[in-house]
Amino acid sequence: MTDPAGTDPEPLIDVRGLEKVFTVRRKAGRLRRVREEVRAVDGITFQVPRGEMVGYIGPNGAGKSTTIKMLTGILVPSGGRLRIAGIDPARERTRLARRIGVVFGQRTTLWWDLPLADSYELVRRMYRIPDAVYRANLARCVELLDLAPLLAVPVRQLSLGQRMRGDIAAALLHDPEVLYLDEPTIGLDVISKAKVREFVREVNAERGTTVLLTTHDLTDIEQLCRRVMVIDHGRLVYDGALDGLRAAADGERTLVVDLERELPPIDGVPGARTVRVEGPRQWLVFPAAQSAAPLVTAVAERYPLVDLSLREPDVESLIAELYARGATGTEPGRRTPDGQGAPA
Amino acid sequence: MADDGGRPAAGRDGWRAAAAQGLYAYGLIVRMWVRSTLAYRASFVMMAVGNFAACALDFVAILLMFSRIDALGGFSLPEVAFLYGTSGLSLGLADLLLGSMDRLGRRVRDGTLDVLLLRPAPVFAQVAADRFALRRLGRISQALLVLGWSVTRLEVDWTVGRVLLVVLMAVCGTAIFGAVFTTGAAFQFWAQDAAEVQNSFTYGGNALLQYPPTVFAKDLVRGVTFVVPLAFVNWLPALRLLGRPDPLGLPGWVDFLGPAVAALMCAGAALAWRYGLRGYRSTGS
Ligand SMILES: Nc1ncnc2c1ncn2[C@@H]1O[C@H](COP(=O)(O)OP(=O)(O)OP(=O)(O)O)[C@@H](O)[C@H]1O
Ligand SMILES: [Mg+2]
Repeated sequence: MTDPAGTDPEPLIDVRGLEKVFTVRRKAGRLRRVREEVRAVDGITFQVPRGEMVGYIGPNGAGKSTTIKMLTGILVPSGGRLRIAGIDPARERTRLARRIGVVFGQRTTLWWDLPLADSYELVRRMYRIPDAVYRANLARCVELLDLAPLLAVPVRQLSLGQRMRGDIAAALLHDPEVLYLDEPTIGLDVISKAKVREFVREVNAERGTTVLLTTHDLTDIEQLCRRVMVIDHGRLVYDGALDGLRAAADGERTLVVDLERELPPIDGVPGARTVRVEGPRQWLVFPAAQSAAPLVTAVAERYPLVDLSLREPDVESLIAELYARGATGTEPGRRTPDGQGAPA
Repeated sequence: MADDGGRPAAGRDGWRAAAAQGLYAYGLIVRMWVRSTLAYRASFVMMAVGNFAACALDFVAILLMFSRIDALGGFSLPEVAFLYGTSGLSLGLADLLLGSMDRLGRRVRDGTLDVLLLRPAPVFAQVAADRFALRRLGRISQALLVLGWSVTRLEVDWTVGRVLLVVLMAVCGTAIFGAVFTTGAAFQFWAQDAAEVQNSFTYGGNALLQYPPTVFAKDLVRGVTFVVPLAFVNWLPALRLLGRPDPLGLPGWVDFLGPAVAALMCAGAALAWRYGLRGYRSTGS
C-alpha cells in the first residue's frame, strides 16, 4: 500500500500497528458460555500530516468507529502505538481533548436538556476558550451552519440534521487541530449534506484543520478527500489517492459499441468479454488498468463500428469490489476462540 | 479520586492538575444544573419539600416509638436524635455531592459515557456533577434540624473539642458514604445494575445508623464495623461523645479511627474507579 505521509518528519496523527480486541461472551448451548475475541482493529498503520483531509471508509463492522474511539482516548488500545500531535490519547486524554474536535453522527456530544446556546457557553468555559476566539468562532459557525434560529432550542427538541449541525459547531469552537467526523452526514437530506461538506471544506482550507472522515456516503469522500483509507475486518486494505482505488480494486471499465446492425456477441477480442447485447448495441468489459485503444482497434477491424463510448467504474462499485474481496478468506480467522490470536 | 482511571497523568503534578481540573468542571456543571433547576422555581420548591418530608417521616416514626417507651436500647430520645442527625447529615452531603453516580450504569450500557471521555475534564467530576439535584438539600436541612434539637437536649458539656468532634464526624461520615457511592459506581462498569447494591449500603446503611447499635444483633454490628465500616460514620464517635460503652468492647482508641478509615475507603474507591474506567469498552454503535 502507498504511504503518502511516510516521509513527513512529524505527522499529526501517527498510528503504528494499532489493535483493539474485544472479549465477548457468547452463549453456546443452554448453560455454557464461551469467551470469544473480536479483533475489531487488527494492526493498522497510517500517518496523517497536518492539514490533510482523509476519508476513512469500510463496510459495517469494519472497525472505523473503534479506531476513532482509540484516536480520541475513549478506548484504550490493546496493542500498537498511537500519537496525536505527540500525545498518547490513553495516557493524557484531557490534554488531548483540548486539541481535538469530535462529531459522532450517531450520538450528540451536547447537553441534552440545555438550549444550544447554553451548551456552547458550557463548552466555552470547560475548554477555557478565550473570549475573542469564542465569539469569532461561534459567529462563523452560526452563519455558515444556519444556527441562528436554533440557539434557544433545547438539544432534545432539535431534528437530526439540526442537531448534527449543532454538534459540528460545538466540536470546532475551541479551534481543534484535528477534527474527527464519524458519519457526520448520516440521515441528512441533500441540502444539509451539502452544507456540512461545504463547511468542513472551509474549515480545512482556512484553518488548516486536519480532518479524518468516516462515512458510508461516498459522495462525501469524493467531494472532500483526495486521500482515502479503506478498512475491512480491522485491517487497512487500501491507503492512497482516491484515483488510485481504480487500479487497486481491479475495477473494470466498460466499452459500449454501436454496430451497423444486430450481430452475435463480439468475440475473440483479447482482454475483453461481452456482457450484454441489445439490438445493435453491445457492452464489453475489460480491466481498468488496460488501455482502451488496442481494444477499439481490434473491434473496428472486424466489426462495422458506428459509434462507441467508454464508461469508467464509479467509486461505489470499486469500493464494493474491495469490500467483497476482503470478505473472502479473512472472515473465519477473525473471531478466534479464547487463547488463540491473543492481543499483543 | 478526581483523576481518570487507568489513564495515569504524569506524577504528582498530574494528579494535582487533574484534581483542579475536576473541581473546576464539577463547579461548572453543578452551576449549570442549579441554574436550570431554579428556572422552574415552583417545581424545585415542591421537590425539596417532598425530599424534606420523606426524610422527616423517618424521624416521625422514631418520635412515635418514644411516645410509648422512654429509651430505645438504653438510649434516650435526644441521643437517638443525635445518631439520626449525624448519620442523616453525612449521607445527605454525600448524596448531594455524588448521589447522581448511580446513573453511571445506564451511561455504560448505552455508551453515552463516550461523550464524557471527549471533554477536557476528569470523567469522575462529570459523572458526579451530572444532574446535580439541589432538592437533596431537603434531607440535609431536615437532618440539621434534628441534630440541632438533640444538641440542645443532650446532657453533654459542649467544649470546643467536642464541637470539633461533631464537625469531624460529619466530614468523615460524608467521605465514607462518598466512598461507598464511588465504589458502587465503579462496580457499574461491570455490572450495570450494581446501583441497587450500592443503595442498600448508603440509604440502607443510613437507616441502620439512625438507631443505637445496642438494638441490633452483635454480628450485624461487627459487619458494619469491620466489613463495611459504616460504624465510623457516627456510632463509634457518638458513643464516646455520649459516654456510652461500645457493645463490641473495642479498645477506646478505635473511636478515633474515623479519619483514617475514611481516607482508606476513599483510596480504595479511587482505585476501583480507575480500574473500572480503564476497562470501559464503549458500545458497538
Ligand atoms: N464495545 C464493544 N464490545 C464488543 N464488540 C465491539 C464493541 N464495539 C465494537 N465491537 C465490534 O467491533 C467491530 C468493529 O466495530 P465498529 O463499531 O468499529 O465498526 P464500524 O466500522 O464503525 O462499523 P459501522 O460502519 O457499522 O459503524 C464489530 O464487529 C463490532 O461488533
Ligand atoms: Mg461506526
